[in-house]
Amino acid sequence: MKPARFDYVAAASAEEALEALAQEGGNARILAGGQSLLPMLNMRLARPTVLIDIMGVDEWRAVDRDGDVLRIGAAVRQVALEQDPDLARFQPLLAAALPWVGHPQTRSRGTVCGSIAHADPSAELPLVLVALGGTVHLRSRRRKRVLSAQNFFTGMMSTAREDDELIEAIALPKARTRTGYAFREVARRHGDFAIVACAAVVNGVRAQLAVGGVADRPALCELPAPGAAGLDEALDDFAWSLEARDDLHATARYRRELVRRLGRTTLEEAVRCRA
Amino acid sequence: MDVTADEPRPWLGRSLPRVEDAALLIGRGRYIDDLGVPPGTLHAAILRSPHGHAEIVSIDPTRARALPGVTAVLVGSDVQAHSASLLVGVKAPIECWPIATDRVRYVGEPVAVVAARDRYVAEDALDLIEVAYRPLPAVIDPRAALAPDAPVLHPGLEGNLASDRVFRYGDPERAFADAAHRVAIEVDYPRSACTPIETYGVVAEYDPGLDAYDVLANFQGPFSIHAVIARALKVPGNRLRLRTPPDSGGSFGVKQGVFPYIVLIALAARATGRPVKWIEDRLEHLAASTCATNRFTRLEAAVAADGRITALTWDQIEDCGAHLRAPEPATLYRMHGNMTGAYDIRNVSIRNRVVLTNKMPTGLNRGFGGPQVYFPLERLMQRIAHELGLDPLDVIRRNLVPRGAFPYRTASGALLDSGDYAAAMESALLQGGVAELIARRDAARRDGRLYGIGYAAVVEPSVSNMGYITTVLTAAERRKAGPKNGAQSTATIALDPVGSVTVHVASVPQGQGHRTVLAQVVADVLGLKPAEVRVVTDVDTAKDGWSIASGNYSSRFAPAVTGAAHLAAMRLRERLAHIAAAQLNVPAVDVVFDGGRVQARRNRDNALSFARVAAASHWAPGTLPSEADTAIRETVFWTPPELTAPNDADEINSSLCHGFIFDICAVEIDRVTAEVRIDRYVSMHDCGRMLHPGMVAGQVNGGFAHALGAALLEEHAYGPDGSLLTGTLADYLIPTAMEVPEPLILHHETPSPLTPLGAKGVGEGNCMSTPVCIANAVADALGVADVSLPLLPARLAQQVHGPEKAPRGKTPVRPAAKEAASERQLFGEGEASVDAPATTIWAMLLDPNALMAVVPGAHAIEKVSDTCFTAEITLGIGPVKGRYRATMELSDLDPPRALTLTGSADGALGFGRGTGQVTLREEAPGRTVIGYRYQAAIGGKVASIGGRLLDGAARVIIGQFFASLARQAGGGGRPAGLWAWLRRLLGFA
Repeated sequence: MKPARFDYVAAASAEEALEALAQEGGNARILAGGQSLLPMLNMRLARPTVLIDIMGVDEWRAVDRDGDVLRIGAAVRQVALEQDPDLARFQPLLAAALPWVGHPQTRSRGTVCGSIAHADPSAELPLVLVALGGTVHLRSRRRKRVLSAQNFFTGMMSTAREDDELIEAIALPKARTRTGYAFREVARRHGDFAIVACAAVVNGVRAQLAVGGVADRPALCELPAPGAAGLDEALDDFAWSLEARDDLHATARYRRELVRRLGRTTLEEAVRCRA
Repeated sequence: MDVTADEPRPWLGRSLPRVEDAALLIGRGRYIDDLGVPPGTLHAAILRSPHGHAEIVSIDPTRARALPGVTAVLVGSDVQAHSASLLVGVKAPIECWPIATDRVRYVGEPVAVVAARDRYVAEDALDLIEVAYRPLPAVIDPRAALAPDAPVLHPGLEGNLASDRVFRYGDPERAFADAAHRVAIEVDYPRSACTPIETYGVVAEYDPGLDAYDVLANFQGPFSIHAVIARALKVPGNRLRLRTPPDSGGSFGVKQGVFPYIVLIALAARATGRPVKWIEDRLEHLAASTCATNRFTRLEAAVAADGRITALTWDQIEDCGAHLRAPEPATLYRMHGNMTGAYDIRNVSIRNRVVLTNKMPTGLNRGFGGPQVYFPLERLMQRIAHELGLDPLDVIRRNLVPRGAFPYRTASGALLDSGDYAAAMESALLQGGVAELIARRDAARRDGRLYGIGYAAVVEPSVSNMGYITTVLTAAERRKAGPKNGAQSTATIALDPVGSVTVHVASVPQGQGHRTVLAQVVADVLGLKPAEVRVVTDVDTAKDGWSIASGNYSSRFAPAVTGAAHLAAMRLRERLAHIAAAQLNVPAVDVVFDGGRVQARRNRDNALSFARVAAASHWAPGTLPSEADTAIRETVFWTPPELTAPNDADEINSSLCHGFIFDICAVEIDRVTAEVRIDRYVSMHDCGRMLHPGMVAGQVNGGFAHALGAALLEEHAYGPDGSLLTGTLADYLIPTAMEVPEPLILHHETPSPLTPLGAKGVGEGNCMSTPVCIANAVADALGVADVSLPLLPARLAQQVHGPEKAPRGKTPVRPAAKEAASERQLFGEGEASVDAPATTIWAMLLDPNALMAVVPGAHAIEKVSDTCFTAEITLGIGPVKGRYRATMELSDLDPPRALTLTGSADGALGFGRGTGQVTLREEAPGRTVIGYRYQAAIGGKVASIGGRLLDGAARVIIGQFFASLARQAGGGGRPAGLWAWLRRLLGFA
C-alpha cells in the first residue's frame, strides 16, 4: 500500500494550480483533503503523475453568504461548515447531512468540493447539492462555467468536469420560507457508504426527494406531498426507476424498499420541519 | 480502577492500574514496526494471486530484478530450493508451501517476494513481475467441495476431503430409537476474523557461517510452531532464534498465522545476505493472513417429551480454506471434549470432515472452534422449546449439568472442573431483569413491533491440551506418532545483586496486561509492592525458558501462566526463608515476608530488608545455609496432570478449565430499516477466581464487541469464482464504539480446583455465546426458524417487509440482478440505433482495427487471426485507471445478423472476462438497431477493494464500448444504452 511515484505541486495561487492542470490534464489530480484520493493512490487504483495541492490557495478558502446563496470554495474543509453555528438556519439540509459524511476524522480533512468532484454515488454532499438544485463552478485556464448539479454528475464517479478544469466552488441556495428539509440515511454502520440516503425538500405544493446510494448518481424526483393522493405509487415508481443493484451489503430489493419507506419517512419529517 | 496501589495486600483480586498503559498512552509502545533495524535492512513486498484458483503457466521476474533498488525476487522454485513443505496435521498426501509453486489456490496467495531498498521500490517491482495464469474453476462452499465433480485443489488428495472421522460415545442409536422427539438444525456458519490494528511483521537475518536464522516477528504462539518453522527452513531448532517484540498491537489468535511469512522472509534474508523486513499491509491482511473456519453443521437431538435431551448427532464439515496449515484442523477439535456444551447428555455421535476450498487458509481466532459449535447447539435448544411448546429457559434448565456433579466427565471426555450452572443462570435471570424484558416484549408485540429475547448457555474451555489435535488421528495413528498431551507453562523469577525482582514468562501478551497481574502474583508471595516487581514478557527462544505450549492462546494466561509464576515465587521464597532464618535465628517456617521486609513471625522487629536477603546469594554465597541452595533464579515448568492424551475410545479432556456463561439478549428490529437494535445484553460469567476484575471486564467487553461484529457485521466473503469480496475495511465491517452497546456483566465465582490460583480463562467466551444469543433473539423477534450470520438488515428485510409487488405498468428497463449478493457475474443488455446499413456495421465488427478503435483506451493492437486480436488498453472510471492486456475474439458468425464477441482483460488491478451476443436488425433502410446482451465476470484487486462500485463501473465501460461502436458506425445515431445516452446528452461521448 505505497503509491506509485508522482510529482507534487503545492499551488500558491489559483493561476498556478490552473496552469499546472492545463499542462498535465488527465494525468493530474487535484489534491484537496485527500480523504478519497490518498487511499486510491496507496492502493495504486489511481496513478496520476502529478498531484496539485490547492489547500494553500487563499481565494478558495472562503465560505461566502451572498444574499440567498451559500458559496463554498474549493479549499473549505467539511469541518468548517459543520462547526458553523448559523449553518442550520441558513441551509438546514446541509447541516443535517454533514454529520453523516464519513467520520469526524475524515471531515476534519475532507473538503466539500472534493466530495462533489469525487462523485461517489453514495456520498451525501452530491446528494444535498442535487436536492437543493445547487450549482458547480468550474474553472480552467481558458474559461469559467457554471453547471447545475444535475448536469454535473454524469455517472458513477464521473462528472462533466473536463481534464483541465477544477471545481472552484459550489453554491447552494439559502433555505426558503415555508419549506421543510430533512435528511435520513441507512448504512451498515454510521459513517459507512450509504445503502440509501434520502434528502427531502417540501413546501406547500411541491415535494422533492433526492436519493443517493441506489443509482449511479444522486437521483431527484418530484412527488406528491405527504397527505396528497398518489405518494405511495409515486415512491414505488421512483424506487423501481433507480435500477437498484445487489452488492455485498444490501440487495436491490432492500434498496427499493428503503426508497419507499425511508423516502416517505424523510418527506414526512420535512413536512414537520417546515418553517 | 477501584483501588490505589498503596493499599495492603493481597494485591491479587484487585483492579490495579496497568503498568503497561503509561507507555502506550504516550505513544511509546515498542511495536515491531517501531523498533530499529540493522543498517542495510531490505524491505519486502509480496506479489499475490488475483485468482481464487489458477495454474501458474509462467512467471518471469526479469524486469523486476532489473529495477534499480531491487536486490532479489524469490518465486516458488526459489523457496522450494531451500526449504521444505510446512507440516500438515493430518495423514494425507498434501503439501503446504508458504508460496504458490505450480498453482494458486486463493486470492492473496503469495506468488513472489521482492526484497528492495524500500517498500516503495519493492511495490514498484511487483508491477514488473509477469505471471501468466490459466484460471481454473474454483470451489467455495464446503459441501460443494465434496461433490464428485468439484474442482480439486490438491491433486494428491483425489478430492477435497482431507480428513473424515466418526466418533461414538454412549449409545446414541438406542437413545434416538427411544426418543419421543427428534429435532434437527442445519447451519452454515460464516467466516469472520479478529482484525487486530497491528498487522503481521517479520524482520529476519541469516548467518551463513552457522546456517542459522534470527527472526523477530510478532508471533503469538503456540511455540509448537517453532518446530514447524525450523523444519521448513531445514535447520535444527537451535538454529532458529525466534524473538518477539515487547509490545503487540493486538492478536486475538491471528498472529499465530504469521509463521508462513517467517519462512518466506527468512528465505529472502538468506537469498540476499541482508536483513529483510516485511510489514503486512491491510489489504494483505484481509486477503491472506488468517481467519476462522466456516463450517456446515447438521445437528440433531433425541428429545424426551419434557425437553430432556438424551442424545446428540453432529455432522460437521469444516472448511479450512486452501491449505491445511498448522495447527489446523485444530478448530474442529478444540471443543471435542465439550460437544455437549453445558448439558448433561451421555450419548453422542460425531462425524467430522475437513475440506479444502479456494479461500484463505484458516487459523487461530478468539473463540477458536467455539462459535461454530455453540451456534447450532444453542439454536437447537431454542428450536426444541419451540417445537415442543416449552419455555426455552425450561429446556435449558432441564439439561444443564446438575449442581453437585462437578468435577463432571462429559461423554466425549472433558473434565468440567467446577461450576454451579443452575445457580449462575438463575442469578443472571434475576439480576438481568428477564421478567421485565418479557413484559417489554409483550407490550411491544401488542403495538405491532418486532421484539425478541434470546438466551445462550455456554461452557468456555481454556488451557488447551496440546494433545487434543491428535484426536483427528485414529488410535493406531496416534500410537505410531507417539503421545502428545499436557500444556507446559513456564515462569522464571530472578533476583539481582541489589535484591530486586524480575519475572519472565513466555506468555507473549497481546495487550492483555500480563505484566500487571504477574507483578501482583509475585508481590503477594514475596511481600513486596507490585511496582517493585519488574515483569518482562518479550520472548527470545535462544535464551528464555519456553516449551511448545508457550504463547498467548486458549486463554491460558490466568489459569496456567500465573500459576507457574506463583509456584516459582513460592519456591524462591522457601529458599530465601532459609537464608533469612539463619540470620534471624528462627526456624524457616517462622519467617514472614511482608512490606518489603523479612521478619520473624513472633517478633516483627527482628527483621531484615527483603533486598538484603534477596541479594545474599550474589554477594555471600559462602555463608548460605545448606538448605537454602542458591536463591538467584527459579524457573518453574508446570503442566496439569489432568491433560492426558486421547484414549483408545477417543475420549479427550481437550482443555483444563471450563468456565460457564449464561447470556440474555433482547432486541428490537426496526420495521422500516430492518436494523437490529440491542435493547439489553446480559452476560453472566463463571471464570473461577478473578485475579483482576478490571481486566476480566475488559476481556468480556472485548469479546462481546468481537462477537457482535461476527453476529451483525463481519463476513470474509468470496464470490463463486473465488474472488475475495471483502478486501478493505469498507467492506469487511468491524464494529466501532457506535455499534457496540454496553453489556451488563455479572459474575458467579466457583474457583477451579485444577489451577494453582483457582482462575479459569475468560477472554474468549463471548465469541462463543454472543453470536448465537443475538441470533436467538432475532429469531424470536421475527418468529422464524432459520437465521444466518451475519444478520444483515437486507437479509432480515425479507421477513420484515414481506413480499414485494411487481412494478406498475412496464417492467424495469434492466431487471435487477436476480443472483445472490455475492454473485460476481454481471449481466446486461441494451440497444443502439445507428444510421448505417447492417452490412457496414458487420464489416466494422470484422475489421480488427475498426473494432479496436471502439474499445475505450485501446492501443498497440495485434492481429492474431482474422477473428482474434490483442491490444493494450487503458480502462477506468473517475480517478481509477489501469492498463490491461486485452484479447478479443469473434465467433458464431451469422453475417450480417449476429455474432458473439468474447473478450478478456488482465492487469495489475484485476481481470475481466466477458461474452456478448451482438445482433443487427435493419429497422429501416440505412438504419440499424444494434442489440447487445452480455455477461461478464470481474476479479482480482478491483473486486476485492472496489466491490461496491465495481459492477456499476464495469457497466459504464461496457456501455462505453457499445456507444462507441454505434458512434463509429453511424455517426449521428442515438445510442439507447443509458450510460452512452447520458454521455451523448452531455456532449462527452
